[in-house]
Amino acid sequence: MAEALAKSSFTGAGHAPAKTFDLFRRPTAKTGLIGWLTTVDHKKIGMMYGGFAIMFFLIGGLEALMIRTQLIVPNNHFVTAQLYNELFTMHGTTMIFLAVMPLNAAFFNLLIPIQIGARDVAFPRLNTFSLWVWVVGAILLNVGWLSHFVPSWKFGGAPDVGWFGYAPLTSKAFTPDLSTDLWVLGLQVLGLSSIVASLNFIVTIINLRAPGLTMMRLPVFTWMALVTSFLLVLALPAIAIALVEVMFDRNFGTNFFEVSGGGQPILWQHLFWVFGHPEVYILILPPMGYVSEILPTFSRKPLFGYPIIVFSGVAIGFIGFGVWSHHMFTTGMGTIATAAFSIATMAIAVPTGVKIFNWIGTLWGGRIVTRTPMMFALGFIWMFMLGGFSGIMHSAAPADAQQQDSYFVIAHFHYVLIGGATFALLAAIHFWFPKFFGRLVPEFWGKLSFWVIFVGFNCTFFPMHFLGLNGMPRRTWTYDSNMGWNEGNLFATVGAYLLGVGIFTYFAVLIYTYFKGEKCGNDPWDGRTLEWSIPSPPPEHNFAAIPSVHARDAFWYEKTHKAEIAKEKAALIKAEESHGGIHMPDQSWYPLFSAIGLLIGAYNFAQLHHPVVIAGKEVLPSHLSLAIAGATVLLVSCYLWALEGPAGYHIHLDANVNPTDSHGAHH
Amino acid sequence: MSSHAATGQIDHHHDHTTSTGIPNKKLLWWAFLASDCMFFGALISTHLVYRLNPPPGNAIPTQVFNIELTSFSTFILLMSSLLMALAVNAIQKGNVKSTRLMLLGTMFFGCIFLGGQVFEFGHFVHEKHMTLSNSIFGSTFYTLTGTHGTHVAIGVLLLGMMYVRTFKPAGGGGFLLNFVHLAAVSVVAGVAFIYVVPGLIEVIYGLNIGVLLSRAALPLGLGAVAAVAMIILGRSRGELEFGEKNAIDVETIGLYWHFVDIVWIIIFTAVYLLEYL
Repeated sequence: MAEALAKSSFTGAGHAPAKTFDLFRRPTAKTGLIGWLTTVDHKKIGMMYGGFAIMFFLIGGLEALMIRTQLIVPNNHFVTAQLYNELFTMHGTTMIFLAVMPLNAAFFNLLIPIQIGARDVAFPRLNTFSLWVWVVGAILLNVGWLSHFVPSWKFGGAPDVGWFGYAPLTSKAFTPDLSTDLWVLGLQVLGLSSIVASLNFIVTIINLRAPGLTMMRLPVFTWMALVTSFLLVLALPAIAIALVEVMFDRNFGTNFFEVSGGGQPILWQHLFWVFGHPEVYILILPPMGYVSEILPTFSRKPLFGYPIIVFSGVAIGFIGFGVWSHHMFTTGMGTIATAAFSIATMAIAVPTGVKIFNWIGTLWGGRIVTRTPMMFALGFIWMFMLGGFSGIMHSAAPADAQQQDSYFVIAHFHYVLIGGATFALLAAIHFWFPKFFGRLVPEFWGKLSFWVIFVGFNCTFFPMHFLGLNGMPRRTWTYDSNMGWNEGNLFATVGAYLLGVGIFTYFAVLIYTYFKGEKCGNDPWDGRTLEWSIPSPPPEHNFAAIPSVHARDAFWYEKTHKAEIAKEKAALIKAEESHGGIHMPDQSWYPLFSAIGLLIGAYNFAQLHHPVVIAGKEVLPSHLSLAIAGATVLLVSCYLWALEGPAGYHIHLDANVNPTDSHGAHH
Repeated sequence: MSSHAATGQIDHHHDHTTSTGIPNKKLLWWAFLASDCMFFGALISTHLVYRLNPPPGNAIPTQVFNIELTSFSTFILLMSSLLMALAVNAIQKGNVKSTRLMLLGTMFFGCIFLGGQVFEFGHFVHEKHMTLSNSIFGSTFYTLTGTHGTHVAIGVLLLGMMYVRTFKPAGGGGFLLNFVHLAAVSVVAGVAFIYVVPGLIEVIYGLNIGVLLSRAALPLGLGAVAAVAMIILGRSRGELEFGEKNAIDVETIGLYWHFVDIVWIIIFTAVYLLEYL
């Protein structure tokens, strides 16, 4: 039995073959540049996702501040109309695809394997691939900014078609420059990254659970990650095909969205929102997971109505595929379709409301500890509810016809995405920071940043409800002084600066804490889930012994059954050592090489029909050969990756569970 | 798993190292196929939506299609699934020789299907004057069937990689040989579906075989050289690393292959047969 339990920690394909095909020596460095570039450790990958995402979160925030500065007074000329278009396009695209989604991906990576009692994800090298492919997508989306600084890079600026890229605005006739091609390829590559990562997480959560960890004992965060992964896998293909169709229209003369050739631009809206609405839940379900972890910890009692919360999450994911046309009420779909999507939209509010009542039920009668993560989590419930209220207003199609494309909509989704998703992410960063860096964020500065963010956020977005109902359209570069929008805009912009100060304080405090913060133990919050049972920061192999799970709040159970657990762990460590030690996956160059091939291929494919110009001289008539070269690098790297095999090495623990690593010695 | 290989006691339907008993690779492919369903769903929807709203001057499908040929290549593709299933069955019994034969057979049938599509595309463009850009039917038809064809081509490449993989020697090494072998297999498959099969279809429709040989002399010659290399490299070379334990790898490619077949049944119905109702 013990041996079988020990074996359940295996990450993938079982034992390594005796010898693999080697072209390059496999990297073994755990630190330094090579260590980070070739790592397969889910914790390092998660930190890189997190680092890049926070960088883009701040860039997207700067873009937002420039938008608000442009709107601070009527008839302002702080930025040109063209730059304004680029700013709002890239603000939306960045915040969704390069900030919130990768921050969620960071927590998926950091937490899922530990919460399910595993040593890594199911396919560690594929996980590295997802990370670098995501970086490639981020580069493709943002490379257009260079045009503003280096005139010889003729991309026509950053993408400027809106994050929704509605046809026929994306056709060659309206946006002839390369920025749209790079936007199409950039989103396509980001989609690939998300699909691959999600497939990996689905297999990890379903197949790598520790003994005793049944599905209905999974931490709610992991459950929400599973639902989100399924949403990603099923929703992204719709936009992938839509992007392929735009790409073909722009480069190969098809007529998908060309009205003159029989195409119908409305098809883009349908395909886009078939992806776009589940995407909303892709952004918000993981935050619901963080909050479901944080609230019980600081209420000092188990989560109220666990199964109902889980089923509500699954129901939200399921119904989320049937509400996309509520983004299109004003397109004239006909009464039947409008009524059907109205009803579905009202229906999806039910499981969301159920969750909120369960969170309130968790707080009810609890001994509430108001530490910083809890403050953000409580802020989340309140602010997300406000966003939900304005959201449910949109389900009434006649009312929506008034609100469509106005600042009311801006107010609504920022309450959901900042008051909701971002508040929960800020809570999560604070909550798990001690686990991964071993230091506790100072309480005073944490709370101060919370209040500044909370006040700044409400000052920015609450007036937008009124601006929208007074008729201010979204995506508007400037406005006249006699529209009655002056005070609201001024107030919102000042609020945005305050929000900026709050966000700056928040991250400045994190940087301070990283270097100088107070050191903490393994379990500073008296946590309930397995990540708090291991050292901070966690060792490479996560667990000295794969835990066996006896209850839903696994670590609370361990804390109240110390003798039983200690005996069990000692037996498991012994069993695993007799079985050859702790099996760990090997690092690899090929995920990185594949991503570099993809970067070369996609970057050149985006500008296929343009000549290659180096230093003012035309070198090649088109980018075709370079695109093929990139694709070849990608293909060969993938093949070598397959030939290399997963391999692996063993870690052995001494009497004090200190690890020694048997690198390169395959069994 | 490998520790059981010698005794032949591998349970191909249950993996005790995972929580559910389903091997990780298999679960990954199932989830991917779910995702792929949505890819094809979006493309087929696009085709059907535009089919209901044809603009003036749109191509008339029944005047473009060559339904006899497409029915034949559909039959061939469906039969390739039988060979794929036999390949999985063979490796689960540890019979490497039979596995190789069945993999090659599956690839062969896949190449016939692809060759039919290459012929069809050329025929539609040159004889029926339906291009990617001159009608919306052309746009949706070529994009949808082309995406499916790309899936089949990737399947053939995967099968080729698996075929070459079966020759991996037990003692390690053989890296260069592996690459040369895969290059030979790829060239043979490529020449087969781009030149040989479409050429032979043209011969059936009355082309002089001499014209075919002279028109594509260079690629056909290259294909012949690669075929000889493939035969030479295809001989057994001592003890093999590949065996029954790799059944899961063949099975996952099989999942993909069967899926691509099933998608074709839907495409054949929705794109071709629907026009004849």
